[in-house]
Amino acid sequence: MSFFNLLRIALKALQRNKLRAFLTMLGIIIGVASVIAMVAIGQGSKQSIQQALSGMGSNMIIIRPNSNISAGARLDASAVQTLTLDDVKALQKQAPHLSAVTPLASAKGQAIYGNNNWPTTIQGVNPQYLDVIRQWPLKDGISFTDRDVQSQNKVCLLGQTVITNLFPNGESPIGKYIRFGKVPMLVIGTLTAKGESAFGQDQDDVILAPFTTVQRRILSTIYLQNIYASALDENSTTAASDEISDILRTTHRLKSTDEDDFAVRTMQELINTFSSTSQLLTILLAVISGISLLVGGIGIMNIMYVSVTERTKEIGLRMSIGARGMDILLQFLTEAILISITGGIIGVILGITSARLVTVFLSWPTLVTEYSILLSFLVCFITGVFFGYYPAQKASRLDPIEALRYE
Amino acid sequence: MSNQKILELKDIKREFRMGSEIVRALKGVTFDVTAGEFVTIMGSSGSGKTTLLNTLGCLDKPSEGTYLLDGVDIKKLGRNELAKLRNLKIGFVFQAYNLLPRTSALENVELPLMYNPEISSKERKERAIKALEAVNLGDRLDHTPNQLSGGQQQRVAIARALVNEPVMILADEATGNLDSRSSYSIMALFQELNARGKTIVFVTHEPDIASFSSRTIMLKDGRVMKDSPNENRKYAKEVLAALPKSDDY
Repeated sequence: MSFFNLLRIALKALQRNKLRAFLTMLGIIIGVASVIAMVAIGQGSKQSIQQALSGMGSNMIIIRPNSNISAGARLDASAVQTLTLDDVKALQKQAPHLSAVTPLASAKGQAIYGNNNWPTTIQGVNPQYLDVIRQWPLKDGISFTDRDVQSQNKVCLLGQTVITNLFPNGESPIGKYIRFGKVPMLVIGTLTAKGESAFGQDQDDVILAPFTTVQRRILSTIYLQNIYASALDENSTTAASDEISDILRTTHRLKSTDEDDFAVRTMQELINTFSSTSQLLTILLAVISGISLLVGGIGIMNIMYVSVTERTKEIGLRMSIGARGMDILLQFLTEAILISITGGIIGVILGITSARLVTVFLSWPTLVTEYSILLSFLVCFITGVFFGYYPAQKASRLDPIEALRYE
Repeated sequence: MSNQKILELKDIKREFRMGSEIVRALKGVTFDVTAGEFVTIMGSSGSGKTTLLNTLGCLDKPSEGTYLLDGVDIKKLGRNELAKLRNLKIGFVFQAYNLLPRTSALENVELPLMYNPEISSKERKERAIKALEAVNLGDRLDHTPNQLSGGQQQRVAIARALVNEPVMILADEATGNLDSRSSYSIMALFQELNARGKTIVFVTHEPDIASFSSRTIMLKDGRVMKDSPNENRKYAKEVLAALPKSDDY
């Protein structure tokens, strides 16, 4: 029997018992809809967590000089100066897992405007530090550029804590000259408030300036305190930090027996927490989806058994006029698959709709992914085949003589 | 009419195992049916009638003996080959009509052709319409079984049996559920088909119905008791005409 005829017979059989077919489908519909909606909620929150984490700089890598042994005595890391601008250039050129690299020179000192002053830190960085590495948007004004870095321009960006202390009357700091120590600097922009870091530091108590300005005009040194880099994403952080070690060992001409004279720090702990949370969420959703589809599948199996018993006489007739066991098997299997697939389609629509409604009414972030839809369909099909097979097989193995006499 | 043998039964035996007992339903049945015959198989309950019918219809295989249907020995065939044989060579007519409910007469008649992959949907429909016209139901194509009378439902069933152009029509108490007027009308139809050359094997326990056929085989206790041609064959059309016009009973 052709596929088209099988489909027609199955459709007809379902039409005959519309309510029953619908109630059977309901199990699948609810299963699929809840899977789609839950995965959407899961993915949405995962995405928003991911955004929040990368806002915190979860793919940020910090390279510091390491303590070194000099004449048998271990030296404090801050006393060691091993990182240079050449390292930065080497990393920029040779590390494919890094999206940005910036040197960081910092100095503590007194910031002064009019008769207000405030002890703070000035950090000299590249323009990329803000947008790529820290993902730290400006509140007002403009950022400095590579040209400012090249020409050691005396411009700066102020953090919110610095602004409240230097400009207590609420006037705009942009266009004003402040002094850091003895160096006058033009304020060209302000930073948005970032709050405390994971380590309890006030991240807004900072002045950002081109790193050459800080290095040459304030610190007068050729060494760097830190190098900040940013991996392409959270997952490539480990690969990136290995890459950094290799490159720096080469540029520092370290022998294989030498210890690293630098230290690479990633936000691994943060990443671990994040990935274990999202993994747990995924497993949980998979289990729930498995259970709901199992229940739906058992519903299909149950109804198919009823249907086979109910139509024993029809099966007998079909066999007596020439249906082979395979024809009967395919007929009932098609019916079961049709129920599960139709239920799947309705479920997907319902799931997407409810995910939308959750976003609209509860303003939870949701994200419907193609793979969750595809997976639900696949699982529906498999459910139909798996739970439809046994009743269909029972039908196909009936003895036509007994089936014809069945009352 | 040729003398080609459609059915050849030789010493057919059929035994069933019921727990520890062996029930012998057929104890050696031998007869032939040639093309164009209208044979009635008669017998009381327990005579082996049903078992013989199942064997003739290729729904069951004999335990012993040979059965050739249109020259094919069914003993050598598997389940699927038997299904194919039923599809191509036998047209069944049942006592309870066995039409698919809520399915139009046309689709019911198309059903056997659905299991024949060599027939296109267009040809299927044409042949089904022709078969329904042959049983005088050309104007009821779209009617479902519950919109038809018992006699009409049996006509649809006969059309279904005809549509595959089988070598033999096998009827099992085909008039058993009908009143006498409808029975005669169905028998008239069978006689008409027989006159056109169809071989018909009719199982019944009513001697009245048997008298319309050309030959009667009496079964008793699993054996053929009597096998003789009908001397004074009746014609259902005449009987039908002789019935009172308005029978209000």
